[in-house]
Amino acid sequence: MAGLLLRDIKKAYGTVKVLHGIDLDIKSGEFIVFVGPSGCGKSTLLRLIAGLEDITSGTLQIDGKVVNQLAPSKRGIAMVFQSYALYPHMTVYDNMAFGMKLGGGGKAEVDQRVREAAEILQITPYLDRLPKQLSGGQRQRVAIGRAIVRDPKVFLFDEPLSNLDAALRVQTRIEINKLHERMEGVTMIYVTHDQVEAMTLADRIVVLNAGRVEQVGAPMELYHNPDNLFVAKFLGSPSMNTIPCVVEAGGAEARVRPNGCEPIRVKAAIPESAAGAKATFGVRPEDLEITTGDDALFRGTVDIVEHLGEVTLVYVDIGTDEPIVAKLDSDIPFAKGEPIALTSAQKHLQVFDEKGVAYRRI
Amino acid sequence: MAVAETIAAPVEGMRSDLMRQRIRSAWIFLAPMLAVLALVAGWPLVRSIYFSFTDASLSNIEAAQWIGFENYLSVTTLKSGRVIYDGLLADPIWWRAVWNTVRFTIISVTLETIFGTIVALVLNAEFRGRGIVRAAILIPWAIPTVVSAKMWSWMLNDQFGIINDILMNLGIISSKIAWTANPDTAMAAVLLVDVWKTTPFMALLILAGLQMVPGDIYEAAKIDGVHPVKVFFKVTLPLIKPALMVAVIFRMLDALRIFDLIYVLTPNNSQTKTMSVYARENLFDFDKFAYGSAAATFLFLILAVITVVYIVVGRVNFDGGR
Repeated sequence: MAGLLLRDIKKAYGTVKVLHGIDLDIKSGEFIVFVGPSGCGKSTLLRLIAGLEDITSGTLQIDGKVVNQLAPSKRGIAMVFQSYALYPHMTVYDNMAFGMKLGGGGKAEVDQRVREAAEILQITPYLDRLPKQLSGGQRQRVAIGRAIVRDPKVFLFDEPLSNLDAALRVQTRIEINKLHERMEGVTMIYVTHDQVEAMTLADRIVVLNAGRVEQVGAPMELYHNPDNLFVAKFLGSPSMNTIPCVVEAGGAEARVRPNGCEPIRVKAAIPESAAGAKATFGVRPEDLEITTGDDALFRGTVDIVEHLGEVTLVYVDIGTDEPIVAKLDSDIPFAKGEPIALTSAQKHLQVFDEKGVAYRRI
Repeated sequence: MAVAETIAAPVEGMRSDLMRQRIRSAWIFLAPMLAVLALVAGWPLVRSIYFSFTDASLSNIEAAQWIGFENYLSVTTLKSGRVIYDGLLADPIWWRAVWNTVRFTIISVTLETIFGTIVALVLNAEFRGRGIVRAAILIPWAIPTVVSAKMWSWMLNDQFGIINDILMNLGIISSKIAWTANPDTAMAAVLLVDVWKTTPFMALLILAGLQMVPGDIYEAAKIDGVHPVKVFFKVTLPLIKPALMVAVIFRMLDALRIFDLIYVLTPNNSQTKTMSVYARENLFDFDKFAYGSAAATFLFLILAVITVVYIVVGRVNFDGGR
């Protein structure tokens, strides 16, 4: 049972600043996912929490205790590495028992814990094997097993699924979810660059970008109400369509005019003073639909059609630099060059100011 | 792995043309090396072994007569009934040389392995200027043995040597010591120079092994809270063992053949006379060419036996243990 408190955590390597003051409250038992593009500092942040790297400044509390100077093994954490980091010369059993054995755990106790963890992860038949005799998925289970044996208060995962193939990734993701339910009160912090993992696993997602927290919130909250353009574009696949626009009017009758399009009425808290300012208009591909009426937001021609099976992605050339992507019903036939009109319910439309900060929707 | 398996286990009766072609090109690439090896190593070896069974002398090698095992062991029964054993196997000086060599090998390789490991561990850590230090540490290894032996022989010189000077000034010794001539210190002097010279080589081989150990294992051990000393013995050492075993056998073979260092540093000292020195002495200085050949052949035999035993007992894996 341990919450984490991060206050103004900074990390620099020499003169290169990697993290610029991270503040975060993580509640006990929460499943937190750090997500962001590569190089955003998410893994560094995890390693700071683990104690594998020194915190340059700021304080880190685990369970109400400042642990900045505490050795990793004393922090009550366990970590699962991307590369599994199993000891190649030890059997699965020894891999899981190693830390506890040398930590002075009684033989019977060690044995019981290892067997329990093996049972949970269904790796009991492999206990006598060496890591090299296991598949990637099995190795990852052993790595998770080793973490479970430590009986941690905080579970850290560093991109644990990125070395697995797609099918296995989905399966292991579900298992990690189950594990979280099973280990009541254990806080889990999970680093990934995969937004699907973030959306499916997290109680709360922390979106990081260039060493800063962009937004923290529940997955659906971030999806529907992104604070800024970065979060809006990062979550969702394909990412949100964004078009530069000009604010025509603020206030109750807010209107924006995307480049090369008709003005669009939006339900966003745009102040009247913003009239005439540059902004960015955004709408998600899945929120677009075909229209034959006069409510079209965009009119253009079909450029590329991608059939994914359950849906079809249609790239529509509306005269802007980038085509607009729409996620449409796969039953509709499309032909390249065909004219098409797209619309969306007003509630789905988003506007971001010049700095990329979202105007709150109303 | 996958490739090795496909090559090792082709479908039965399906030795494809491609496979045969590959094997043929492998032989073509190997042929020049095998030919050179046969010429410069195989032929002299065969000749040496042959001469060891003859009465060849330097002045008249061509007239050598086959005398069987006489050079190794000849048993003569005198009229008085006394039996006289002669030949290499009955020569106390030879056995002394064998013992010197083995002793030298065991001590020097042990020290070099320990120091080499320590140096390698240091060089494996991240610090500024690591590249330069790595290159600098190789200097003793790069200097030709004769040069470094001469250099050390000057430093160890009883009259003018800097080592005596330093020790005298520090008050550690009261009179100058003839390090390389004194029977008590000659072996120590040779060991000192050899360790100085070959530790870098060991360090480099072990360093290569260390770099094969993935870094995240150490991080996992940190999180497991394993003491660094235990990490070394339980994780690092088992993982670099294959590299270590190969490094040790390299050094062992080298040490068992040691000649140049001793020949220059401590000539004519029975405390440090090794098998190679003994063989050369007989081959060229004493004009006992056949006898020297016998010593050389026996040295080869000892080397071969030790190597095979080491590989079998130590289960040395030349693939790097993977």
